[in-house]
Amino acid sequence: MDPQRKRKIRLVVALSVAVLLSVALIYTSFTASTQAKEPSELLSATPGTSYDMTGEVVKGSIEHQGNGIAFLVRDRDGSGQALPVTYHGTIPDPFRGGREIVLTGEMKSGTFVGEPETLVTKCPSKFTTQSNG
Amino acid sequence: MASLGSVLLALAFFSAVAAAVLALRGRHGERRWVDLSRRTVYGFCALLTCCVAIIEIAFAGNDFSFNIVQQHSSLETPAFYKMAAMWSSQEGSLLLWAWVLSLASSAALYATRNRLREVVPWATAVMMGIAAFFTGLMLFAPDVDPFATLSPVPSDGIGLNPLLQHPSMMIHPPMLYSGYVTTTIPFAFAIGALITRRVDAEWVRATRRFALISWAFLGLGLMLGARWSYTELGWGGYWAWDPVENAALMPWLIGTAFLHSIMVQEKRGMLKVWNACLVVGTFSLALLGTFLVRSGVLQSIHAFGDNTVGPYILGLIAVVLIGSTALIVSRLDDLRSPKRIDSLISREAVFLINNLLLVGLTAVIFWGTFFPLISELFTGEKASLAAPWFDRYTTPLAILLVLFTGIGPLLAWRRVSWDSAKRIFVLPLVVGAVVTVALVLFTDAAHKPWALALFAFAAFALTGLAQEFWRGAAARRRLSGGSMAGALVALVSRNRRRYGGYIVHAGIAVLLIGIAASSSFQTNRDVTLRPGQSTVVDGRKVTYVRPTVAVDSEKFTFGQLVSVEEDGKRTALLHPSRRFFRPTGVPSGTIGSYFAGEATSEVGLNAGLTNDFWIAPQPDISTVQRQVRAADQGFAACVRGGPGTPPQCKSLQTMMLAARANPRLRATALAQIARLQQATADRIARGYVHDDAPVTFKVIVNPLVTWIWIGGLIAFCGALIAIWPSRGRRRGSPVRTEADALKEAKYREIRDAELDHAAGKLSDEDYAILDAELRKEAVQILDEVGAGGGSNGAGNGNGASANGGTAREKVEQG
Repeated sequence: MDPQRKRKIRLVVALSVAVLLSVALIYTSFTASTQAKEPSELLSATPGTSYDMTGEVVKGSIEHQGNGIAFLVRDRDGSGQALPVTYHGTIPDPFRGGREIVLTGEMKSGTFVGEPETLVTKCPSKFTTQSNG
Repeated sequence: MASLGSVLLALAFFSAVAAAVLALRGRHGERRWVDLSRRTVYGFCALLTCCVAIIEIAFAGNDFSFNIVQQHSSLETPAFYKMAAMWSSQEGSLLLWAWVLSLASSAALYATRNRLREVVPWATAVMMGIAAFFTGLMLFAPDVDPFATLSPVPSDGIGLNPLLQHPSMMIHPPMLYSGYVTTTIPFAFAIGALITRRVDAEWVRATRRFALISWAFLGLGLMLGARWSYTELGWGGYWAWDPVENAALMPWLIGTAFLHSIMVQEKRGMLKVWNACLVVGTFSLALLGTFLVRSGVLQSIHAFGDNTVGPYILGLIAVVLIGSTALIVSRLDDLRSPKRIDSLISREAVFLINNLLLVGLTAVIFWGTFFPLISELFTGEKASLAAPWFDRYTTPLAILLVLFTGIGPLLAWRRVSWDSAKRIFVLPLVVGAVVTVALVLFTDAAHKPWALALFAFAAFALTGLAQEFWRGAAARRRLSGGSMAGALVALVSRNRRRYGGYIVHAGIAVLLIGIAASSSFQTNRDVTLRPGQSTVVDGRKVTYVRPTVAVDSEKFTFGQLVSVEEDGKRTALLHPSRRFFRPTGVPSGTIGSYFAGEATSEVGLNAGLTNDFWIAPQPDISTVQRQVRAADQGFAACVRGGPGTPPQCKSLQTMMLAARANPRLRATALAQIARLQQATADRIARGYVHDDAPVTFKVIVNPLVTWIWIGGLIAFCGALIAIWPSRGRRRGSPVRTEADALKEAKYREIRDAELDHAAGKLSDEDYAILDAELRKEAVQILDEVGAGGGSNGAGNGNGASANGGTAREKVEQG
């Protein structure tokens, strides 16, 4: 086989592998991802579907219940109706009222029930102009 | 002081602009403009150093008239963290960016002051353009002036967030920044080389060390971040595929690809377009990392409040990407290489595969990181990808990378005959197979095929690398005698780049073993225990011995003494704790404020070479909080007075009344209340010890996790060896011309081939062909040098030809 053709075949093989991989990548990313929703959108969400909830913990709403916690979240811009949340599992160090969190879970009778070990609290530390202490 | 700083910063901005303009005036070879521009860069560096010094002095001296000091430090902040507080702020981190860039630019220009005469002016212009951009941001963008002042001057600052008060804070951000920033140097020289069409390997040789330094800094920064997360953040992991982590990993991966593929350009003159793309990619990703932490476009555990500078940086990224792409496209004809890869079993072919793997890995991470934006674009819904999705793609790619980490060093450049390949690969393959069988038979590794594959490949790679050292040392000993250890040291110190690189490979293989083992075979349990109770986790008896508690003006600390027993013997007595901080910077009103601030976990860690035992507590403090609430209500009632006030409030009430009448007594009264509150908090705390309250512990048994840190350290040491200048360079004349560099590079290639042959990597036949080719090329170079240096500057003509004469004899003699 002449080298020109050999190179062409190699290029075609490499390109098709790349295309196949990227199709797999795109397909799985759309199926494996969880939708992110804000508390106000979740109030009307379908029960039994898993969502990533992002919101702000309402100050003073955190209650310890045994080894779990219950609290209220609001939309990040502070608007909308507050949504009750329950969560069991590790609580990250920065978790407290007024902080933004991300929590995976589903709606059960008006309450957002978080999956254990999915609570993420944003590290408030850096590059904030105003420290709200 | 602050106004002096502002003036110096403005001067620095103008000197950056001036240096760029002067450099461009000298672009046709007028040395005096270029020299002046280089000195202006040194001046720029000196000015920024003064700015940093002023900020640091303000931090050290608690000068709260500086906004940056008031926001990020306080009287109580320990001195150690005051020095580090600068880069916990937006404006301070920008200043750090510009300052590190000024240092790196000065170093790069000093190192190339007698070389690359056509490229340097353009490279200077690019570096100073970027420096002017970041300095200009601090001067002109809103809210990021590091010398902003406050009036009236507050008496105390807000303080540094307790989460950031960790020794890593001192070194993790500067390391990452240095890594990000030093990617500018290879980028600037690449752009200079493209503009002047000097696209040979010279710019690569001149900036390779900076690329390596940037790679090492970025790697160390990533390692320190992982370690910090593991020991401090109370969730027990070291990597979470968080956008900010990914942002630092991506330039590191592309930088790794770049470091490999520039060797192909240096040795074979190939892959020039690819290298240009990689260097632009590395720099753009470094800028993207700088942007991501300042923008808030993506959901991350690192929340970054404002985005005043985000849009500017995004603009810079756009300019860099569009400009570089246009430049590369317009120079495609110059970048094309006539050479082809000779054989698929050669080092350059393996480098190409490893490059594709690294770029693929980066593409996956990039897609996953930005998926929320992509998904919003196509479906209108923000959706994110979690760790399992990343793992699914990165695991196989990482495993393949380990395999090629082992194969690459075993192969010689250009070609390897089947016979010699067989000879080299036998031992590593056998060891890899034996390790696989042993793991399947004696451990439960067979349940985790990916981890098993990684262990097998890592065993193969590590054996191959050990064999390389062994064969190299043996060959060296045959040539020059001495002991094996002496030969090994001589081998490494004379071939720092090659063996330093091999040490990096070994470190990465060890690191990946640690990651595979700790992520696949981890035991992670949540257990709730009362004092005195025990449970068994992964064969270890874990006993919650007793609680401890401490209160001071700053925080409540609930500690737990935990004993760990294995086979009836105590292996560790750990004292993890959870600390509740009062909010910093606001006057504390109630005892309850202890629970309104940050809470941090102090992890109990018993690290070992085979296993880490990791424990973090989540104490049930509801009783304490109830008592605190009651006490606060009591105090409020006391202060308020009126009917139904308890009798013990009498004295306090009298004092409050007196204070109301006479404001001068107010401070005394408040201090008295604070004292009483402290005493009450103490009493409540003492009560907790007898409360028998349960604590939920997160217990993790992590196998081989220590090897992640050891592997990282090995890799870093390897990088240092590869960065360290060789002896001849240090002692030799400081003036190095391009011709000298070219000559040196060719000699190194001849030496490399000789070593490969002596170590049995090249067959006699292959070596004969290769050696003849290399010597022919060397003679060509020497002839060019002898002919007066061609375009390489007149001044060195005589010296070089005298030098060339003897060298030519040397080469031809063989």
